[in-house]
Amino acid sequence: MKTATSPPPHADSPESSEKIVIPVTGMTCAACQARVQRTLTKTPGVREASVNLMMGSATVAYDPAAIAPAAIIETIRSTGYGAELPIPERTGFDEQHAHDQSLDSAFRDLRRKAIASGVASVIAMVVSMPLMSRLVTDAHAAGMQGASDPFVRWSMRVFEPLHRSWLAWLFEVPPSALAWALLVLTISVMGWAGRHFYTSAWAAFRHHAANMDTLVAVGTGAAFLYSVVATAAPGFFLRHGVVPDVYYEAVVIIIALILTGNAFEARAKRQTSSALRALAQLQPKTARIIRDGSERDVPIEQVQVGDVVVVRPGERLPVDGSVLSGSSAVDESLLTGESMPVTKNANDRVIGGTINTTGSLQYSATTLGAESTLAQIVKLMRDAQGTRAPIQALADRVSGVFVPIVITIALATFVTWFVAVHASSGNAGGAAVRALAAAIAVLIIACPCAMGLAVPTAVMVATGRGAELGVLIKGGEALQRAGEVTTVVVDKTGTVTEGKPTVTDVLLAPNAGVTEDEMLRLVASLERSSEHPLAAAIVRHATERGAVLGTPENFRSLTGRGAEGVVDGRSILVGNEALFREQGIEVAPLRADAERFATDARTPMYVGIDAHLAGVLAVADPIRPTSRDALAQLAALGLEIVMLTGDNQRTAEAIARTVGVPRVVAGVLPEGKVAEIKRLQTGGAVVAMVGDGTNDAPALMQADLGVGLHTGTDIATEAADVTLMRGDLLGVVQTIRLSRRTMRTMKQNLFWAFVYNVVGIPIAAGALYPAFGLMLSPILASAAMAFSSVSVVANSLRLRRARFT
Amino acid sequence: MNTIDLVVVAGGLGAALWVNWYFFHAGRDVSQATMASTGSRGEQEVRIVVKGGYEPSTVRVAAGRPVRLVFDRQEASSCSEEVVFADFGLRRFLPAHQETVLEVTPAAPGTYPFTCGMGLMHGRLVAE
Repeated sequence: MKTATSPPPHADSPESSEKIVIPVTGMTCAACQARVQRTLTKTPGVREASVNLMMGSATVAYDPAAIAPAAIIETIRSTGYGAELPIPERTGFDEQHAHDQSLDSAFRDLRRKAIASGVASVIAMVVSMPLMSRLVTDAHAAGMQGASDPFVRWSMRVFEPLHRSWLAWLFEVPPSALAWALLVLTISVMGWAGRHFYTSAWAAFRHHAANMDTLVAVGTGAAFLYSVVATAAPGFFLRHGVVPDVYYEAVVIIIALILTGNAFEARAKRQTSSALRALAQLQPKTARIIRDGSERDVPIEQVQVGDVVVVRPGERLPVDGSVLSGSSAVDESLLTGESMPVTKNANDRVIGGTINTTGSLQYSATTLGAESTLAQIVKLMRDAQGTRAPIQALADRVSGVFVPIVITIALATFVTWFVAVHASSGNAGGAAVRALAAAIAVLIIACPCAMGLAVPTAVMVATGRGAELGVLIKGGEALQRAGEVTTVVVDKTGTVTEGKPTVTDVLLAPNAGVTEDEMLRLVASLERSSEHPLAAAIVRHATERGAVLGTPENFRSLTGRGAEGVVDGRSILVGNEALFREQGIEVAPLRADAERFATDARTPMYVGIDAHLAGVLAVADPIRPTSRDALAQLAALGLEIVMLTGDNQRTAEAIARTVGVPRVVAGVLPEGKVAEIKRLQTGGAVVAMVGDGTNDAPALMQADLGVGLHTGTDIATEAADVTLMRGDLLGVVQTIRLSRRTMRTMKQNLFWAFVYNVVGIPIAAGALYPAFGLMLSPILASAAMAFSSVSVVANSLRLRRARFT
Repeated sequence: MNTIDLVVVAGGLGAALWVNWYFFHAGRDVSQATMASTGSRGEQEVRIVVKGGYEPSTVRVAAGRPVRLVFDRQEASSCSEEVVFADFGLRRFLPAHQETVLEVTPAAPGTYPFTCGMGLMHGRLVAE
């Protein structure tokens, strides 16, 4: 790659320098590159410029006090090449922020409109009562049919006496004046609060599409037009034997109720991503770092890899890193779900966004920006919340044809009512009015939103709840499959066990002639030169006990048997019984202990000092304290459990016995794990494989559900459908419980959404009228509609508080 | 049944037929498709305005190459707040009055429909 770099012209004050990478277009040769380079370097305020022909970019370090990025762009353009400010990559944090703001402003807007139209509804009711009362009296006198909304008629009967005593003057106003006043009020409500129903419906109509707003717009629009005719030409109605009744109050109340429902829905939808929002907010804005020997606060974006970060008690860790000095307990619960603070010492990994509790820490920054653990989690969760669960397919198919079909049903309702009422009463006008009310109720009660919200809201809440528990589920499909799992295959090393061998026992032989600590020190000094993982465990154990290790001489590794050498002038031998027999050292005094260790999945190692048996050490990969409980819980959930391991049968069986797993497959290579999972799948099992994301990747891919334990820095292991932030099996229990519970919620939601429409639409159409004389008021229909979708979201939100341990 | 009944029945039937024709069959013409343009780095790019529907609603792209879809949502109605590409398992929130970029790669030639979150608004990518 060809890069020209200029020397920094002002290298004196490095602190006020910022760097920007600008895409440059139109450069074709080295001369072009040099030209841009030269011009940039000469520009005041630019400290350093590096133009890259191959990448088509200029990397510019500049003094923000002296020059703005826009001016740098202009400078490049002045050379005849194209340049534009880079569009910053939107991080998960930004996307979440945009999402929240959008839902927030929608909620505030809807709330304002709902309140205003609610007030308008009350006014409309008050004004329409005297009007209707008059009409009903007149109609009764003339023997005509009244037609207004049954709900309004009922409330009129209840409130009229009160109304007459308080607002008697209103009953003196001419009815036509009242009707015109109502018309004006209704137009205002429709034109302002309900405006988006009509604009959205019209925009959709132009695209041959129909949505929720179409139903509201057609329903209220029909009621409104009818009322306008009744207001403007009451004579036309009277000639046909119908009271010139108006529906204004119904239109206003329907709009108010639907807006109220929408406002609740917007707020509830905002809550579905509250867990993700909480995660995004964990990212501190500044970091305290040591630069040029002094501590200073810098914006988080300016922290660089290798910077020394300082955190005091009670502060949030700004970035990921590795501890240099200090010791403290760090609360990682918000990221890993681990409720107990974790002690951090030198060389331990720390995660940005966690809270330092007791001590102070200095650590070196490792992963930053989009690669940081927190950013990866937020990204993963955002992607997860944007996926579909297969169970939704049916709802999608139905809602795709829903609105036109509902309009068709409304038309059929109108025709049926008209013909029926006309045949029984002989009054065509009255028939038209009844038919219209039923058709409007059908349009208003139908609600495709509940179906559309049933599954996605559950996925949103469940993935967020999972993240709170330290269980990162990759999406709706993974969630659904986790709920269907029948068999859980667990890898032994690093999953059931810690994956980190440690010294579990130190025993001295009778007449050993050394202390335990001294023996450990000598062995550890020897083993320093070994590369065996068990040797590392011994060295670590001795160092932790404060031993100062010596330097071994004549170190010899005896493959498969042990090691020997000289430490501090004493000859040390470490190894198995075969090695000691070879050297003629009797191990009989400790043989029983060594065998007890072996059957207990611990590896015994004899120690000889100056050709005498000094003692025995046992090293084991300890079982995680939670494994037994977690596996028992999985079994209690009705799951088949199989443990896979590359270890020998004896160790594997010892571990399986301890944790209570009945089925063990030992001595399998990574390919063998895949084959075993395939075999289980052929037998009809839905298999979840639990292992570490790197080594077990093929097995995780083969399984129906791959559950990866988070080990390295990479969160989004390609192979894993679920990543457990906390390295223990309780996370698997939580995954299964959460997904089963979520599936139940999805099914409840879908059932409710379908049944609501399947039952509600016929009732609105008047299916109960022949038997019970029951008609649904369009106002009640709108209340039912508004709250059906709210109830679906509310049901999904219940997952937020569910417990899974 | 007299004349007026017949008129109402015929009118209702006609309206029902028209509704079903208009929403299910009309406006599904592929010839109005828009070709994706080529962006500065050679990627295919399409701007789609979201307002009661998708404009353009049918986009022709080359199969096997990534397509950058810039959804410009010009309304606040919650009906259009999400776009779903079922074939890609994708559901994305579109903030109101903002542009949201989505990238998909139709691997094989064919029609890849996309809809709003509720499946009421329709669009499609035709990969060739």
